[in-house]
Amino acid sequence: MNDNRNPFWVIVRKEVTDHVKSWRFIILIVIIALTCMGSLYTALTNIGAAIKPNDPDGSFLFLKLFTVSDGSLPSFVIFISFLGPLLGIALGFDAINSEQNKGTLSRILSQPIHRDYLINAKFIGALIVIGVMLFALGFLVMGFGLIAIGIPPTAEEFTRIIFFIIVSIFYVAFWLNLSIFFSIKFKQAATSALACIAVWLFFSVFYNMIINLIGKAISPSEMASTYQIISYQRFMLNLLRFAPGMLFNEATTTLLMPSVRSLGPLTMEQVHGAIPSPLPLGQSLMVVWPQLTGLIAITVICFALSYASFMRKEIRSR
Amino acid sequence: MGEPIIELEELTKKYGKFTAVDHINLTVHKGEIFGILGPNGAGKSTTILMMLGLTDPTSGSVKVCGINSTRNPLQVRHRVGYLPEDVGFYDDMTGLENLIYTARLNKINEKVARAKAAELLERVGLAVDPKKKTGKYSRGMRQRLGLADVLIKNPEVIILDEPTSGIDPAGVQEFMDLIRQLRQENGLTVLFSSHHLDQVQHICDRIGLFGNGKLLAEVKLNELQDKEHGLENIYNNYFGGGKSHE
Repeated sequence: MNDNRNPFWVIVRKEVTDHVKSWRFIILIVIIALTCMGSLYTALTNIGAAIKPNDPDGSFLFLKLFTVSDGSLPSFVIFISFLGPLLGIALGFDAINSEQNKGTLSRILSQPIHRDYLINAKFIGALIVIGVMLFALGFLVMGFGLIAIGIPPTAEEFTRIIFFIIVSIFYVAFWLNLSIFFSIKFKQAATSALACIAVWLFFSVFYNMIINLIGKAISPSEMASTYQIISYQRFMLNLLRFAPGMLFNEATTTLLMPSVRSLGPLTMEQVHGAIPSPLPLGQSLMVVWPQLTGLIAITVICFALSYASFMRKEIRSR
Repeated sequence: MGEPIIELEELTKKYGKFTAVDHINLTVHKGEIFGILGPNGAGKSTTILMMLGLTDPTSGSVKVCGINSTRNPLQVRHRVGYLPEDVGFYDDMTGLENLIYTARLNKINEKVARAKAAELLERVGLAVDPKKKTGKYSRGMRQRLGLADVLIKNPEVIILDEPTSGIDPAGVQEFMDLIRQLRQENGLTVLFSSHHLDQVQHICDRIGLFGNGKLLAEVKLNELQDKEHGLENIYNNYFGGGKSHE
């Protein structure tokens, strides 16, 4: 181990230790591990029924571990899209304001370190924890699945799963950055936690309702031309895509279901003559490229916002 | 007196229309204990923040150890130990771990840091219960740990911002003795900010009187005619009647 390491990595190490030791993280990891095992169980009991003759995804049996469900318990993907934000919020909502309230912020910043070390280290530390956790979970599900169904994943399935985990990390990182931003803006940790949860609830519950209302108001008449209907559908879909969860869901379903060829409406003309076969990984990635860039972009924007406001913040003792 | 170690030139800080620090000129020499005395809101803390490069001045310049604090804050903070008012520590770590963490941020390697931290804990009288987490420390213990935390980087200058607020009288006495000892042994320069007239009077060589962001007067304590009441009279001249105690 390099002993005279850069102070930046000293802070990162402390952040990681703090997270791993904290009750908050232990509770979360227990919840997430349990739900994942639950979803794996339902996937395993239903995987036989999920394979239908002529199913284009049939050759990707292993990926079904992540997506199949009988309706009683959601699949692994749905769980990650639901609990991922909670994980990100939990690791970030008191990043800065708790240091301020404990009186440690001014003490740390009066050490010979650049101010951005602290905020970068907070982000990197939490990201390392999230990354290790999601990879561990993904591999665990794969391992159990391997034991249970006895069919090893192909190289393509494996890479698809790796991409899925990376996308999940970005998704959680977005919520992490959002909560770090609120932790800089709000003095009380409780306020910033509530603000994060409010945003999360808004996007997961209310946003869809609002979009539905708008949709009803502007829906084209029955006499409308195909073109109008398609553009209406596109418009509604794009509205939905403002929610980070929607981007994540689109990206992951495409990655884990190789037969998905398009995320927008397709006309009969376009489908005509197409053979219902799975897409290769490269093509699946092309389909979700906009979603991926969108997801990464909002993550970066949130980080930039928190970075800027932290650098401008005046640091006083408590 | 030795070479100048803290130099403020026409230092000004404005928050919108409010002027927190108003054209201050001040020089502190090496090996001095300099007191900044003034009521709350006189601009003491803001001046200190600018010395450390934690806030940028609106105009004017600050130099500590000959280095411009605004341009090269890292080099300044390498040489200056700062004890903020009501200092805080990571509650779930012991005093020793907190000190080692600070040392590591100053690029001191782990072994040296551990030895040094243990020595300093002994020094400030906190070595009795090394397993105690700082979350269980009393206010006075926290301030003493704060002093150790400031010293672990081998500073040339230490800046103490209201270090005695909230400690009982016996604790204050101990704390002041510790500071005086440190100055004698290590040749430290100490900047001591407080609104307690008697404390400042006990420990400092020279005093700068702050009020409304201005440096109202500089007083050399050993040149005062009336040692007992001299400073009090000057203080009352500026801030009118009453004692300086809260």
